[in-house]
Amino acid sequence: MSQIPADLRYAKSHEWVRAATDGTAIVGITDFAQANLGDITYVQLPKPGATLAAGQVFGVVESVKAASDLYMPVSGTVTEINPALVSAPETVNKSPYETGWMLKLKLTATAELAALFDSAAYEKMLM
Amino acid sequence: MSTLRPTPLRDFHSAHGGRLVDFAGWEMPVQYRSILDEHRAVRRAAGLFDVSHMGEVDVRGPEAGKFLQSLITNDVTRLFPGRVLYSPMCYENGGVVDDLLVYQRGADDYFLCINAGNIAKDLAWLRGQAHGFAVTVTDRSDDYALLAVQGPRAAAIVQSLTGSPLGLVKYYHFIEGTVAGVPCLISRTGYTGEDGFELYHAPGAALTLAEALLAAGAPHGLELVGLGARDSLRLEAGYPLYGHELSADISPLTAGLGWTVKLDKPGGFIGAGALRAEHAAGGTKRVVFFRTGDRRIVRTDTPVTGSDGATAGRVLSGTLSPMLNEAIGTALVPASAVTGPLMVDIRGEKIHLCLVKPPFVPLKNNL
Repeated sequence: MSQIPADLRYAKSHEWVRAATDGTAIVGITDFAQANLGDITYVQLPKPGATLAAGQVFGVVESVKAASDLYMPVSGTVTEINPALVSAPETVNKSPYETGWMLKLKLTATAELAALFDSAAYEKMLM
Repeated sequence: MSTLRPTPLRDFHSAHGGRLVDFAGWEMPVQYRSILDEHRAVRRAAGLFDVSHMGEVDVRGPEAGKFLQSLITNDVTRLFPGRVLYSPMCYENGGVVDDLLVYQRGADDYFLCINAGNIAKDLAWLRGQAHGFAVTVTDRSDDYALLAVQGPRAAAIVQSLTGSPLGLVKYYHFIEGTVAGVPCLISRTGYTGEDGFELYHAPGAALTLAEALLAAGAPHGLELVGLGARDSLRLEAGYPLYGHELSADISPLTAGLGWTVKLDKPGGFIGAGALRAEHAAGGTKRVVFFRTGDRRIVRTDTPVTGSDGATAGRVLSGTLSPMLNEAIGTALVPASAVTGPLMVDIRGEKIHLCLVKPPFVPLKNNL
């Protein structure tokens, strides 16, 4: 059974957002997503400074099986990417919600968060 | 929707966390926990593979040897009871029907192991060529399950379950015996580049044998291994996979398997004329092995470009080598292109293919 932390917001495309109160947020992919991808072998992320709209492709995650696009769950400017994923992309498999995070963002519009699933709705979507 | 064929171990795989997928019409475990971890377990200790989808064929009769000699590219006369031979089997034009293992059990008694996806095609081909030979060709695929134990600990694990003297069974040899009380054809062969055994046995005994091997192997570090790691292990070892490096369009010479093609063997064989001509002319295409120094996997059918930027060929197989931590693979390219730079485009970035002679890791199966 997939882990779905209650304090995160979720996109239909299986990214999660951990929003802080200061208008910043952290983005990654869900436990369900990493389990379905299988062994993650490469993560391609945007350069810090990039501003991307919700729904835009922000990167690619490769597993032994396939390469899959990653989609912005909300609009924002990238302030930091997870440097650990360059040499250890399998961190996403081991810890999708903590050390396997992908982006830190300055949100464009915090109101977009309300359009995402909460954990109960995401869990329902997976069923 | 067609129904997938389960192996006798379907529920065993499920109970051990196997992720079951369609492979050539069979419901097979692609992985249990992690393809990369399973791969490393085989190189470090041992792995247990269910390869019951493979096909088996009996070829018997006074002319069984002569019949096989006319069909396969390798030399059947090198066999004797207890010896195994790897060989492609070709069409007249040199394209490959299948690659297979030939076991000689007795004077007029041979046993073939063929690829799961080719069973129907191979049987039709074998039967079509059998006219005029005193030989019977019998599909035995439903009568055999097949478990492979591969890795540096494989011999110790299998030996702990059998009275047969495995130390006397050399690479590409076999004996008949019992393992965990289950009658088996015990073959010292495999598809990983490691030492190991392939155990042919009755499907009804598969669960008994699998559980005994898993229990005996656990203290050695044996893990269940799915088809995902089977593919990366064979690619690291430099072995071809039918439908990728060998096919109706890729001859064994093009694939670099010249050592299995005995052009001068007496009596000839189907495809000898075409292969002799290819050998004489040098061949227009070549299967090459590459590494990239990059972790991005170069996937099957990716176009390969030459120095002029024009498409020169295509990728046949590609994966991440868990031992080298970089992308490895094979490509089919014009023979004239192998000396020049070859590149692939991955999401807009040009990546150089560094051509290497396989294997990518030292083979440990023929020590």
